[in-house]
Amino acid sequence: MELLIKNGFVYDPINGVNGEKMDIAVKDGKIVEKVNERRAKKIDASGMIVMPGGVDIHSHIAGGKVNAGRLMRPEDHFKDFERKTAVTRSGVGYSIPSTFTTGYRYARMGWTTVMDPAMPPLEAKHTHEELSDTPIIDKASYPLLGDWWFVLEYLRDGKIEECARHVAWMIKATKGYAIKIVNPGGLEAWGFGHNVESIDDQVPYFGVTPREIIRGLCKVNKLLNLPHTIHVHTNNLGKPGNYMTTLETMRCVEDLAEDGKPAIHITHCQFCAFKGDDWRTFESGAEEIANYMNTHSHVTMDMGQVIFTDTTTMTADGPFQFTLYMLSGNKWTNHDVETETSAGIVPFHYKRKNYVHATQWSIGLELALLIKDPWKILMTTDHPNGGPFIAYPRIVAWLMSRKAREATMKKINPKARSRSLLPSIDRELDFYEIAIVTRAGQAKALGLKNKGHLGVGADADIAIYNFNPETMDPPRKYKAVRRAFKRAAYTIKGGQVVVKDGEVLKHIDGATMWLDVQLCEPCEIEVNENLKRRFKEYWTVEFENYPVSEDYLAISQPITVKADV
Amino acid sequence: MRVNLYPLKEFRLPVVAEYINPDIFQGKSLEEIEKLEVWEGNKRKRLGELFKVEVETAESSQEAVITIHGDVSRVRRIGVGMKSGEIIVRGDVGMHLGEEMRGGKITVYGNVLGWAGSMMKGGTIEIHGNAGDYLGAPYRGSAEGMKGGKIIVHGNVGREAGAHMKKGMIKIYGCAGQFVGFRMKGGTIYVQKDCESRAGACMVDGTIVVGGHLESVMPTFTIEGLRKRVKIEEGEVVEAPFYLFIGDLTENGLGRLFVAKEPNPHLSHYEKFL
Repeated sequence: MELLIKNGFVYDPINGVNGEKMDIAVKDGKIVEKVNERRAKKIDASGMIVMPGGVDIHSHIAGGKVNAGRLMRPEDHFKDFERKTAVTRSGVGYSIPSTFTTGYRYARMGWTTVMDPAMPPLEAKHTHEELSDTPIIDKASYPLLGDWWFVLEYLRDGKIEECARHVAWMIKATKGYAIKIVNPGGLEAWGFGHNVESIDDQVPYFGVTPREIIRGLCKVNKLLNLPHTIHVHTNNLGKPGNYMTTLETMRCVEDLAEDGKPAIHITHCQFCAFKGDDWRTFESGAEEIANYMNTHSHVTMDMGQVIFTDTTTMTADGPFQFTLYMLSGNKWTNHDVETETSAGIVPFHYKRKNYVHATQWSIGLELALLIKDPWKILMTTDHPNGGPFIAYPRIVAWLMSRKAREATMKKINPKARSRSLLPSIDRELDFYEIAIVTRAGQAKALGLKNKGHLGVGADADIAIYNFNPETMDPPRKYKAVRRAFKRAAYTIKGGQVVVKDGEVLKHIDGATMWLDVQLCEPCEIEVNENLKRRFKEYWTVEFENYPVSEDYLAISQPITVKADV
Repeated sequence: MRVNLYPLKEFRLPVVAEYINPDIFQGKSLEEIEKLEVWEGNKRKRLGELFKVEVETAESSQEAVITIHGDVSRVRRIGVGMKSGEIIVRGDVGMHLGEEMRGGKITVYGNVLGWAGSMMKGGTIEIHGNAGDYLGAPYRGSAEGMKGGKIIVHGNVGREAGAHMKKGMIKIYGCAGQFVGFRMKGGTIYVQKDCESRAGACMVDGTIVVGGHLESVMPTFTIEGLRKRVKIEEGEVVEAPFYLFIGDLTENGLGRLFVAKEPNPHLSHYEKFL
């Protein structure tokens, strides 16, 4: 099928296109130089913005804890439901939407690629079942390897290459996309009721430190030539004063970066940019983090912006979730995933009038605005931890308009308002920068070659928004920006028009991407023999039932990676 | 304005009729009221298709009074979110009556099913028959309890009446089921007659008064003293000796549980701790 998108204002930062009026041609699901004008279906995008389909680097949309969250929160669903239509299936929201609703809602906003950032390897099959049931969008998942026993042992013994081979096997076995590290060492310590307080604390029994885990896996990541960097949720997340830990985490891999390429991704940085000694003296550490980011190029980050709403926090960081339960007194669960990782869920309401919550809101935006290079700071809410992803249009408006920020500032806690850095920041992002923080930068950080841009050969994932940048001024018309991003005029996925005027026209399946890591010399047997023995001792699952086979994925999209080991 | 509704048949499928609400009826003509949307099972219907609508007086200066004559026990969500006016039901009513109600009055001369006055914020509900489970309690999983208003039940109620309650008053002149005032944070619940066990489980604050036999007091409650009388509200005082318990200690709670002394001889062993 051929498609021609005519006369739109195109924002394609990877190819340096900044709002030029041009046509985009699509053939067989890819962007091409040109198509037969008479035969092609035409979309008139005059007076509209054309961007690559949105990419989300960090959004918990599937897996064991997401589903546990759904079960735990009937009250989250019953006020927000969607009836089935002729083409779509029914489902519920709000902060932990059902799989179908997740796919539709992302597509309605013009997002077409979403990464689920925390897959306990034991829950890999469950995660992929849910990802296969998430329509329209392409997705991938990161296995949690920062507290994985084998990794800890290899790193303790200084066996980086063996560790790399093992990680390569793990990524293939779980059909994962990147190495996710959550509170390195802390989750293993949590198994004994402890946590690690700094990146130089020892992990009980294993005797490694978080610093060694981060550095070790960073080296492994490089040996395997993985497209994304290590994806790190720092130690001490959610505690006042943790911006120092974040700075140390970034510093600890400074020497491992080569040719200005990123070596580490710090995720939902808002939650780890807290200053102060306790909640009373709590304040923003965004300035210090931004200063570091502005002088270093080996880190990428995402915001983890807080939205004032009732949401459900869920991370693999068991000790943090327990702390959150102690703070909030809300219902909670905490889970130990055998030898692999932990998880916790606590419903949470971010309130405007609460000093800490309002400051958190401010920190997220301060980070995004103070870090000068938009390629380094990407837009997320850490869905659903900071708020559900359907709030993205509001964040876009806050980033683009000082007036929008001021309108919200008026309603927040007065102490938080007086201490916030936001009034002193005049920066307003333009659509080119928005295209970076919501798609191009995300795709680049993830190393996705065919996503996040509209160059020839890219996947034809395109979002068209009904906003005319020539006649309307986004900083003043921020409500129109919000409306435009809430309901995309068109979303095109793989060359097919799936959404028109915010309504889903077609239920199509998206692919699941995974890395097929090819080692220099096969070493499967050695890895397997060792694993099998340990499986007998420690796991509740037979080794044979553990790996996810390729036919398990509805639409499998392997990405071949040649490793250096 | 006064409107009468007569069910045209015995409903076999659940009917969801949140438009039966004085605020919505106010100022509407007969035709407009008949055209309001209701759901019968999975079919969208008009109110006029399920009810005979009769407008007695159409004066819009007065607040609307809706009277339903007949059994509507399969009709859910009547008076949801109402702010003013009155609903009178001469028959049984279905679930979610007056959910998130903010003002006005609902009177039922019959029985009511579950979740009556759920998440209520103001107004009054008076039930002359029995009420089902979750009276004034939020939807399952939610901690958003009753925040104001008053519920009076002249019959018996089911389980978990007043769960998660923060403010307001529930008066039950009959018996109550298990878990009265579960996870209560404030407000008052008065049960005039007998009460099944686990009253006030996990309560943090607020008052529960049991005038009849209480099966057992939770072991996480501690006795505080004996009181000669208990004041329920302005103008309503129960003159009888009451044990006062404080709990629930597992939640570091300071909730007050009053239990009448006379119908509860099995609690007399607590007196040695006084």
